[in-house]
Amino acid sequence: MSGVILYWSILSAQFILVLTMALVLYRVFRGPRAQDRVLGLDTLYVTAMLILLTFGIETGRDVYFEAALIIGLLGFVSTAALAKFIMRGEVIE
Amino acid sequence: MTAAEDMPLWAAIIVSALVVIGALLALVGAIGFLRFRTFYERLHAPAIAASWGAGAIVIASMLYFTVSGGRPVVHELLIGLFITLTTPVTAMLLGRAALHRDRAEGNAGIPSDPIPYPVLDDKAKGDSRNTAP
Repeated sequence: MSGVILYWSILSAQFILVLTMALVLYRVFRGPRAQDRVLGLDTLYVTAMLILLTFGIETGRDVYFEAALIIGLLGFVSTAALAKFIMRGEVIE
Repeated sequence: MTAAEDMPLWAAIIVSALVVIGALLALVGAIGFLRFRTFYERLHAPAIAASWGAGAIVIASMLYFTVSGGRPVVHELLIGLFITLTTPVTAMLLGRAALHRDRAEGNAGIPSDPIPYPVLDDKAKGDSRNTAP
């Protein structure tokens, strides 16, 4: 019984998260300016990390947690670097 | 799903509810990110996915591994702590970068003058970023 509940809820949560990524990807492709795309990439890595956590609950393994932690670490660094590039790349120095 | 079959029913219900709530909060954040009009409004929307969307799924994962493993598993707190710490930093960096671009292009609806605070320190360091054009 609890296996059935967990299976269907995690499956529906994964579908919802994939729909979230599709909506954010639409904004990334359409976004009028560069900062919209960078913010979309930021949201994409958070959502990918959440999908990996649901994979971890589904399979009961620890590797997905480590992958999610690495995505969280590298995503922050990449977003900070892109924000710095937006701020400096426009300026004629 | 052998470990999931052995779980007590209350833990399965709580984990399922938290996972679905977290996914729905992420979806709400994405809808807001899609539908708001200006960038400064869109900057607020994904924070709901990063704060309580991630929080609910992290709590669900902690509860699942604690119950199925029979011992307290709290290492998912690292992800929650890190996301909580880094999301405001990225939002602030992106907001400042967008404000800088809008000021450099002279767009309408943007506060024109930079806020008159420690400009002297930036001048002393040779950083011309915060001075008025």
